[in-house]
Amino acid sequence: MENKELRKELKVSAIENGTVIDHIPAQSLFQVIKILNLDKSNDQILFGTNLDSMKYGKKGIIKVRNKFFESDEINKIALVAPTATLIVIKDYKVVEKKQVEIPDEVQKIVKCFNPNCITNNEAVPTRFEVIKNEAVIKLQCHYCEKTTSKENMVFL
Amino acid sequence: MKNRSLISINDFTKQEQIRILDIAADFEKNPIRKILENNVVATLFFEPSTRTRLSFESAASRLGAKVIGFSSSASSSVSKGESLKDTILTVSNYSDVIVMRHPKDGSARYASEVSPVPVINAGDGANQHPTQTLLDMYSIRKTQGTLDNLNIAFVGDLKYGRTVHSLTMALTQFNTTFHLVSPEELKLPSYVKRHIKEKQLTYHQYTDLMDVIPNADIIYMTRIQRERFSDPIEYEKVKNIYNLENAMLDGAKENMRILHPLPRVNEISTDVDSNPKAYYFQQALNGVFVRQALLATILGAI
Ligand SMILES: [Zn+2]
Repeated sequence: MENKELRKELKVSAIENGTVIDHIPAQSLFQVIKILNLDKSNDQILFGTNLDSMKYGKKGIIKVRNKFFESDEINKIALVAPTATLIVIKDYKVVEKKQVEIPDEVQKIVKCFNPNCITNNEAVPTRFEVIKNEAVIKLQCHYCEKTTSKENMVFL
Repeated sequence: MKNRSLISINDFTKQEQIRILDIAADFEKNPIRKILENNVVATLFFEPSTRTRLSFESAASRLGAKVIGFSSSASSSVSKGESLKDTILTVSNYSDVIVMRHPKDGSARYASEVSPVPVINAGDGANQHPTQTLLDMYSIRKTQGTLDNLNIAFVGDLKYGRTVHSLTMALTQFNTTFHLVSPEELKLPSYVKRHIKEKQLTYHQYTDLMDVIPNADIIYMTRIQRERFSDPIEYEKVKNIYNLENAMLDGAKENMRILHPLPRVNEISTDVDSNPKAYYFQQALNGVFVRQALLATILGAI
């Protein structure tokens, strides 16, 4: 089912070489675009949202031509789209397919929610350790040591 | 520990913390030792804290070091809009170690990352104040003969008091039983309590100070700070909730001692001061020995 669905979509807008990010929760699609700086990219990008997914209800999908992400880069999206799958396409063929993984450390992309944190008061790039051993993912600021929870996460 | 920064108490292992306490004990026996005559200590107080600054400067002077610095942002180039990074880089040209207090959380960690000389955190906003934790540990060990297996009572603002959070974290290394006395609104945060549980230790929560007096080895009193409350009515409700008076101490254990990070307001009556169980002024003096130990160790003189 999964593969059939994928093939159907690839047929609609197949890319020769590039990356497909699939199974993004529909409400997180634009956040993913922003985290990966795709809004500033010159590559050809196709995206869709509110697509039907057997597994996840409504999902989003992004296809970027001629772009192969570093895994550090792609793992950032695990913070907002933990269900996302990364599909690497070469010559119209799927050469790699993997689940995103939550990184151990996150730099620069998230703002510390503590207004008194040095990162919100001087030109200091943010840096967080990801706390995974609790029910929800939290980011612990390397500087002020406060934790930013998912609902407080603001992306830079 | 030579050339290491101290930003958070966790930057030093348990063994390293104990080593600092041992060296501090040597300084208590023999405080005047001019082993840092060739060194310059910078004390950068971006917000005023006379007590902490004088303690560090006294420690540096007893070791023969020269002290440079400023006691508030108004008297430094910060008032001209200089960034923290620029201030740190400039001052590191003139000094061998930087002691800093700053109103922003995380400022000391950041300073230690840009500074070529070690940084000692003397308080970064509401975050960390590790030399206070070390002097509290020193005071507990000195009065009880050990840090292990003690009953420690914390009283007052356990929610916002960083002193309480850091000391609690440090004491979980020593099989402590915690007795937490606070109004409902000012209970110890759940992340600190979780840390106690993770170490398989126990804590008990109370609202009445009298409940902990008979069993405590240490009663650590704290001030309820007005500036922590956004609602002045909430502050009025709890500000005088705890007041330790001499008459309340009759049932206390012989070895029990009362600590307080100072300054106090109403939470300890002055009639307690002459009781031999009152230890808060000696506690402040212990801060000088601990800071001597830190400066001497970090500058490699010991
Ligand atoms: Zn922060």
